[in-house]
Amino acid sequence: MSKMTKGMRVFSVFNYIFLSLVTFTCLLPILNQLAISFSSSGAVGMGKVSIFPVNFTLESYKYMAEKPLFFSSVVVSLKRIGLAVPLSMITATLAAYPLSRYNHEFKARRYYIWCFVVPMMFSGGLIPTYMAVRDTHLINTIWAMVIPSAVNVFNIILMMNFFRQIPKEMEEAAFIDGAGHMKVLTRVLLPVSTPVLATVALFFIVNHWNSWFDGLIYMNSPEKYPLQTYLQTMVVSRDLMVLETLRDVRNLPDISDRTGKAAQIFLAAVPVLMVYPFLQKYFTTGIVMGSVKG
Amino acid sequence: MSKRLFRNLPLHLMLLPALALLVAYNYIPLVGNLMAFQRYNPVKGLMRSQWTGWTNFRYVLAMPDTLQVLWNTFFIAIMKLVANIIVPVFFALLLNEVRSVRYKRILQTVIYFPHFLSWVILSGIMIDILSPSKGIVGQLMASVGLKPVFFLGDPKWFPYTLVITETWKEFGFGTIVYLAALTGIDPALYESSMIDGANRFQQVRRITLPGILPIVTLMTILSMGNILNAGFDQIFNLYSPQVYATGDILDTLVYRLGLEDAQYGVATAVGLFKSVVSFTMLAISYTLAYRYTDYRVF
Repeated sequence: MSKMTKGMRVFSVFNYIFLSLVTFTCLLPILNQLAISFSSSGAVGMGKVSIFPVNFTLESYKYMAEKPLFFSSVVVSLKRIGLAVPLSMITATLAAYPLSRYNHEFKARRYYIWCFVVPMMFSGGLIPTYMAVRDTHLINTIWAMVIPSAVNVFNIILMMNFFRQIPKEMEEAAFIDGAGHMKVLTRVLLPVSTPVLATVALFFIVNHWNSWFDGLIYMNSPEKYPLQTYLQTMVVSRDLMVLETLRDVRNLPDISDRTGKAAQIFLAAVPVLMVYPFLQKYFTTGIVMGSVKG
Repeated sequence: MSKRLFRNLPLHLMLLPALALLVAYNYIPLVGNLMAFQRYNPVKGLMRSQWTGWTNFRYVLAMPDTLQVLWNTFFIAIMKLVANIIVPVFFALLLNEVRSVRYKRILQTVIYFPHFLSWVILSGIMIDILSPSKGIVGQLMASVGLKPVFFLGDPKWFPYTLVITETWKEFGFGTIVYLAALTGIDPALYESSMIDGANRFQQVRRITLPGILPIVTLMTILSMGNILNAGFDQIFNLYSPQVYATGDILDTLVYRLGLEDAQYGVATAVGLFKSVVSFTMLAISYTLAYRYTDYRVF
């Protein structure tokens, strides 16, 4: 391999340039928005901002500090994560353990596993699901964003496959010492399952931080919206965009709509950016774990 | 028998919370799909609403836009499926040629990041950068003398904008999967081919491509279940009435019929049609995957 042909060297150079360009294209939109959020609205309006802020200012962030709905929506998002992640983790762990038993140890497993797989293949659909949430009186409560999505079959299967890879000898020793299933799960399996627990917890956290649709359809008033639903209605949705622009015009002199929006979008992405190194680490192991079939 | 039941009783109990939630929010809605055959009245509920047979389905078929919506869904979904296989494979092959491990890792880290952002955030960004007069994409195009394009407002461009932005968001994920498969190829194959005088391009054609073919086949088969998943999150946040002609899909139609117009039965009929088609494709694809690649989901 030490001697590269001329053709190979040319290819190599082009390959590096091409890959760098594509990768830069992935970053460009995010850098551009970041730069816009820190620029003066005048510079943004004249189209001077690319990836560096022009006339650096914190105006748009100050402007956001006066938007109480932005902060209340962040609180709702944190609250739903705080409620949903423990609930989902406990449910998933409790379900993954029996499903990780082999059919000869736990005869009913073969039927149970189907109960979990069928919902993955055939969805209830938007309207029937909405009616189920309504009939259980969750509409307009934070639980509508917590309980219906608590069972995630993909995560349960991920945990199940991990439990199956743990050497049998460990739990057998515990069973001989007279431990029950619950004890084996909490004392033997869970202590050596930190990778899968971290992966699943991160999945739940990012899912809940990112989800917006349940907030939009189950919550009736904007102060109950989580952050992404707030952004959806205030920043993305076209009709309301018009409304907000009108309101901003009345509050002249005000910050340009674009810089304020960019600031809100960027702040919503920051938490994902912060957990990203962990996500990346665990997600790749997660893919590997999930692909090892029992 | 009773002894075993007693010993396994904790196992049954442990499954109870998850099963109860599945019944309440997955199985009951599954039965709730029956409202597709009703003039559903939320006050009366599923039991006492009036049964109307196939009326809702006939109504949907008689709507002027239905076939167009079905075609849009299929067209967008298929283009996304193809792009989501070709682009990551191509990128993984190129990335595999990069010698510097650190540079490779940096590239991977960057291209993978958009996968974790929601379509709400990304749509906010897209709407701004794709705006023909003010966005950075329009400015870049203008600087090289191209005419501005209204990517999100022109029905001709809208489906392609969807495919490109979706691929932009997701190709990093696929690239990592294929790159993992590439590193799994036995290095001895490359060494012996080199002794036989093969050059790099011959190696790619004879060793690398056949080496990742199984995983590419598997990913293709498994994606068949998404044949009617054109991407609700993305389209809902990017479309507007002026691009309904090419951008309206089954899921957005269900949303508007059901939650905006309160035509519950009709909306459920459309949703049920989609679920049945998706389920059929999924069942076929899993059978194929099991038969040809020994892949098992559970």
